[in-house]
Amino acid sequence: MTHDKTHVGKVIDQATGTAKVGHEWDGIEELDTPLPRWWLWTFYATIAFALVYVVLYPAIPMFHSASTGTLGWTSRGALAGDLDHEKAEHQAVRNAIAATPIEALAANPALQRAAIEGGHAAFKVNCVQCHGSGAAGAKGYPNLNDDDWLWGGDLSAIQQTLVNGIRYPGNDATRASQMPSFGRDGILTAPQVQDVVRFVRVISKQEPAGAASARGAVLFANNCAVCHGAGGEGNRSVGAPKLTDRIWLYGGDRAALTETVTYAHGGVMPAWGGRLDPVTIKMLAVYVHSLGGGEAAPAAPASGAAQ
Amino acid sequence: MNAIDPIVSAPLYAGRTGVFPKKIDGPFRRFKWLVMAVCLAVYWGTPWIRWDRGPHAPGQAVLIDLAHRRFYMFAIEIWPQEFYFVAGMLIMAGIGLFLVTSAVGRAWCGYACPQTVWTDLYQHVDRLIDGDRNAQMRLNAAPWSPAKITRRAFKWSVYLGIAFVTGGAWIFYFADAPTLQRAFWTGTAAPVAYASTGILTFTTFWLGGFMREQVCIYMCPWPRIQTAMLDENSLTVTYKHWRGEPRGSLKEAKNAASPIGDCIDCQQCVAVCPTGIDIREGPQIGCITCALCVDACDKAMASVGRARGLIDYCTLIDAEREIKGEPARPVVSVLLRPRLIAYFAVWGGIGLALLFMLGARERLTLSVARERNPEFVQLSGGAVRNAFTLALRNMEDRPRTLRIAAEGLPGAVFYTDDMAPGAARPTLDVAVPADSTAKVRLYAVVPAAYAHEQDFALIAAPLDHEGRSPRRETHFAAPETEHEDEEHE
Repeated sequence: MTHDKTHVGKVIDQATGTAKVGHEWDGIEELDTPLPRWWLWTFYATIAFALVYVVLYPAIPMFHSASTGTLGWTSRGALAGDLDHEKAEHQAVRNAIAATPIEALAANPALQRAAIEGGHAAFKVNCVQCHGSGAAGAKGYPNLNDDDWLWGGDLSAIQQTLVNGIRYPGNDATRASQMPSFGRDGILTAPQVQDVVRFVRVISKQEPAGAASARGAVLFANNCAVCHGAGGEGNRSVGAPKLTDRIWLYGGDRAALTETVTYAHGGVMPAWGGRLDPVTIKMLAVYVHSLGGGEAAPAAPASGAAQ
Repeated sequence: MNAIDPIVSAPLYAGRTGVFPKKIDGPFRRFKWLVMAVCLAVYWGTPWIRWDRGPHAPGQAVLIDLAHRRFYMFAIEIWPQEFYFVAGMLIMAGIGLFLVTSAVGRAWCGYACPQTVWTDLYQHVDRLIDGDRNAQMRLNAAPWSPAKITRRAFKWSVYLGIAFVTGGAWIFYFADAPTLQRAFWTGTAAPVAYASTGILTFTTFWLGGFMREQVCIYMCPWPRIQTAMLDENSLTVTYKHWRGEPRGSLKEAKNAASPIGDCIDCQQCVAVCPTGIDIREGPQIGCITCALCVDACDKAMASVGRARGLIDYCTLIDAEREIKGEPARPVVSVLLRPRLIAYFAVWGGIGLALLFMLGARERLTLSVARERNPEFVQLSGGAVRNAFTLALRNMEDRPRTLRIAAEGLPGAVFYTDDMAPGAARPTLDVAVPADSTAKVRLYAVVPAAYAHEQDFALIAAPLDHEGRSPRRETHFAAPETEHEDEEHE
């Protein structure tokens, strides 16, 4: 490489008529082709924009945070603003839902759709931990899609369950009942428990009747029928499951039924009345009711007050 | 480094050298007028063409209805899922560009490009207001006087007016034009309409009024791409240096010792050039092949009694033939070469395929999404329920009622969110309004005896029995059958 630039000023390349920058590498030289002026002004404009931006918005990194900017903009503040905006957007719909009795929502399809969507959103936050994201439940946690309801599947029954919970301590209006632990507490002997299990499997059409189930029928009538009904049809006022159907909260095979009769189960659901606002609970009830198993309101409004 | 290089001080940044194209008339100029008139008429006129589609669809022939996600083009209506038609048209436009560029070079740049059309329009405004080339140059060089300021202000207002009607016309492609125009002037149009108009007014004013050829030379990628697509058979505007050189004026020719070329160095080709280049320097990126220099040179040659075509459209191969003294090939043999035929075949093939698909596309479709969470619901009586979300798309301008039924799912009954489970029936009728999609959440209940995993099909048969009934294969999910159950049944 040679560097023989001895002149002051620019040297013109004869072939192109363009000035050279004065660098040369092995005979290869660089032309000083000027940038167009509009480009330069655009560049200056971006610099001016950046200067203004740096003053107005957080830009310069400091030790613990960035400079705050004179507009006071923050990403957290923007998020809070967005959330407030969304809340305000939803407020009219929420007011309408609040003003409409839950049974009357179906008459207004748009409002009902909004309630279902709002309930779905609240369900994802509050309910999926136990009932699953598809509301299909799990062992001990009811499937909310089916047509079998422990405490009632019409809108107001679902709403009451949501507000007061099930066997939830500290709530006087909670849905409460207690199945005795027949085996553990010595009410029934182990063979008697097996007889009852046999009988329950007969009435649920899982096995044919026999001597054991006949013994179990007597035990059932004396111990279980008070809550589960003479034929095992269940009783919603005490949350006693129907035993003749195909839906089992804790399992319908012999081992699971033996465990249930021996130790009993009493699932707990929180009372959401103190945690969620009434509109959200109403939307949740409408959502759960919409999952495919919702029931019409009973003709005589006397469901929840029995016990 | 060459020791005899003169020493000068060049500025770091170059200002634009003004381009003041001279008025010219000739076949290519007239053709350019025609193309310009057609392009502007198409651009400004299209949104105002009416097209009766009945009561359920807009009455505008060409409409991009973003709000309702529809694209209307005369008799064709495109839904978002049919966007491949637009993709196909864009591919055709791309291959069409290959085709045109291979055949006639940068014809797009020279005649049809919006930058060219609007620059041409603005240059005409310059000539109308400031006079022809020499008057414009004089005014440009003149110091700022009240007269010049007035003249400039007037001209730039005209620029702005053209820019406004250009930017304003764009929005009419996206909404009903007469309605939007009323809303626009009464201040009740959507903010995006004003913003679009503002932005496009500014870009037209700036790019057409001031940036002009700099857009082509510095900003636009097309010249680079098109240059790569040209080959030795593409037509380019060519200065036939073998005929023109050495150039010299008539006076110089008289005094010259040796024979002199046809070019009389009258500079008319430079004067008329809208991008301010000298075509005699050879093919270059600044040349948009508008052929105005051909018109100018032909005129000059005619005035001195020489043959036309010293500057002319010519291919590289023909240029070499002419240098050797051979005649140029006939146009047909240049056009009917394999590369062009192949481009045309691909272009036409895609066009035919699109037309075929347009004719064969379904105007009534069914899509089925199976609920997977939960996959199935065990009902208390032993029956099993699955849920499906159906999208029934009626793309015609009339309401239709479809009867949903299952094929291959014995015992199945259906109900929807609007029905009580007890009212489930083997078939359901769903009314789908004109030009819309009905979403239905469908519950299928299969009695215990048939409740096992199985494939089946859902069919949506129009009650008017016109056209095909869309059919979708899907699946019914059920719990695993317990061993003890089978003992029993």
